[in-house]
Amino acid sequence: MDLAYSPEEEEFRGRLREWLAKVLPTLPPKPSPDDWPGRRAYDLGWQRMLYDAGYADVHWDASPTVRLIFLEETEKAGAPYVGAGFVGLLHAGPTIAAEGTAEQRARWLPSILRGEEVWCQGFSEPDAGSDLAALRTRARRDGDAYVVSGSKIWTSHAEVADWCELLVRTDTSAPKHRGISWLAMPMDAPGVTVRPLRTLAGSTEFAEVFLDEVRVPVANRVGEENDGWRVTMVTLSYERGTAFVGEVVACRRVLGEVAREARVNGRWDDAGVRRRLGRLNAEFRALWRLTQWNVSEAEASGGVPGVGGSVFKLRYSRVRQELYDVAADVLGPGALDLGRPWVLDRLSSLSYTIAAGTSEIQRNIVGERILGLPKG
Amino acid sequence: MRFQLTEDQRALRDGVRGLLARLFGSEALWAAVDGGGLDRGLWRELGAAGFFGLRLAEAEGGVGLGLPEAVLVFEEAGRVLLPGPLVATHLAAGVVPGAATGEVVVTAVGGGELVEWLDEADVVVGDAAGAVALRSVDPLTPLHRVPAGVSAARPGDLFVLLTAAEQLGTAVRACELAVQHARTREQFGRPIGAFQAVKHLCAELLVRVEVARAAVYAAAVTADPVDIAAARLLADEAAVRGARDCLQVHGGMGFTWEADVHLCLKRAWVRAERGGSITESEELLAGELLAEAG
Repeated sequence: MDLAYSPEEEEFRGRLREWLAKVLPTLPPKPSPDDWPGRRAYDLGWQRMLYDAGYADVHWDASPTVRLIFLEETEKAGAPYVGAGFVGLLHAGPTIAAEGTAEQRARWLPSILRGEEVWCQGFSEPDAGSDLAALRTRARRDGDAYVVSGSKIWTSHAEVADWCELLVRTDTSAPKHRGISWLAMPMDAPGVTVRPLRTLAGSTEFAEVFLDEVRVPVANRVGEENDGWRVTMVTLSYERGTAFVGEVVACRRVLGEVAREARVNGRWDDAGVRRRLGRLNAEFRALWRLTQWNVSEAEASGGVPGVGGSVFKLRYSRVRQELYDVAADVLGPGALDLGRPWVLDRLSSLSYTIAAGTSEIQRNIVGERILGLPKG
Repeated sequence: MRFQLTEDQRALRDGVRGLLARLFGSEALWAAVDGGGLDRGLWRELGAAGFFGLRLAEAEGGVGLGLPEAVLVFEEAGRVLLPGPLVATHLAAGVVPGAATGEVVVTAVGGGELVEWLDEADVVVGDAAGAVALRSVDPLTPLHRVPAGVSAARPGDLFVLLTAAEQLGTAVRACELAVQHARTREQFGRPIGAFQAVKHLCAELLVRVEVARAAVYAAAVTADPVDIAAARLLADEAAVRGARDCLQVHGGMGFTWEADVHLCLKRAWVRAERGGSITESEELLAGELLAEAG
């Protein structure tokens, strides 16, 4: 049991740190949150820089520890977030790499790695969110294509995506976890309509996607027909694996900034505020240790993230919300001013106990799959 | 980075678990509750097994292992609610003659000016002058309190860390008891663990255990005072909150003397005091935020 990195890992960290120090000052200014084409160009440009420097595939091919170092260092240096590349790099890419044919891998993986194409996720539906297997979007076979009709929701980056990892029902008579297939749908296909949704933070972070008789080539199906649920579980295990590493580092930085602000504006003199900040420090330190534990475990077991991700996500999503509540307490009336730092983050953090599997669903997963309690 | 138990550490943990199951199973636990007094025979057996001399060099008659190993052993002790001033005697090994072998029982003035097992101890670390006996809430931990200010020193970091390891073990025990009950106790024609209200209590028990475990093990590796303060806060929460939720899962049975649950809760309360002021730990962690930010 140790927390020391190998010489090779330290060498990787040093090289990455040096590279980041060199390239970050050359980046163009960040586009405004509402400028979707600008955000797409910025995020893809960053991915292209990573590609040229040899870091593009760190999410796929590197050991879990190297991936941890990559996420830690990029976040500490204030490098751009994976952003519009998220679904391609962390969901669709690994899924195609694991389950796709040689042709499919050749078609899609290089463009994801080089930052040329954006993917979005067509999983959730208005009536199939937490109960994902209840999805109703149908795909009927017609020659060498599936004809898809239905709708998807909570689709991030849909406005600027080239591809959608789409779950469709290919057999309506099968039990609900069967009869689902995983398709790569081009977003410019006739019959695809995107309607942005406004979040409570006032921004348009995600969209509804309406599908009206959209033709998707059968060759775009990843995995066997009606085997999409299994393929999807592969995808989701990545989502709950190391997806939050950078964010934990970011939260610890924010916590330090909140403490400094409290010192400046006098809230630090309130022992109650100090104690809450101290307790949050304990929480984020422990979450970082838990991350290191999970990463070490993944490394020992061949790199596949386990259900331990649910344990992490339950605690992390709650503590992240507490962080911004304390920040609001430190800001005082300033917490009602959208122009102040952390106020939008506070609003955004409200989604954390819902997105990527609600806390209630995660507790079911922990209760049933780890503790072996009977299904309800 | 290999932040996982090594094979040797796994073997040590399993060995200690087997030893404690033999020396201090459920029957022994309840005999201790009914009997009172420190079992000197048990104490010597623990000494012979290397419990107290674990970190003492082999040349000095110890086992020559490190803090991570000690933490694993104290976690197991916490899991079976092993009574006695274990941490104080362990820390006295190599300093107080006879402590390593379990011939001599050592206690110490801990947080909250509390002294455990004072009447049974051969040696007291710290100034226990004027100590007054309390009617201890925990039937397995007799307590005295020394007058405020006589022994103002806050507990040492190793004392706090090993206490946190015991808390972790008790949190594990509470989680195991809750899950076992939720699997077997039937209401409305099915195991109560099938109901989300109960299932989610159990899930949160495990989340608190795993977060505390990561913090306690990491603190054992770094021995850093801030890591130890964090480990202590999370382990206290895992044990105290865990025992309460375990009691809730047990329903009316959890409120009886016969159930083990209250023994977990009461011990967790005693140890939360022994670790010193929670406010101080929180202040230490808050101060570090400013130090880090510069």
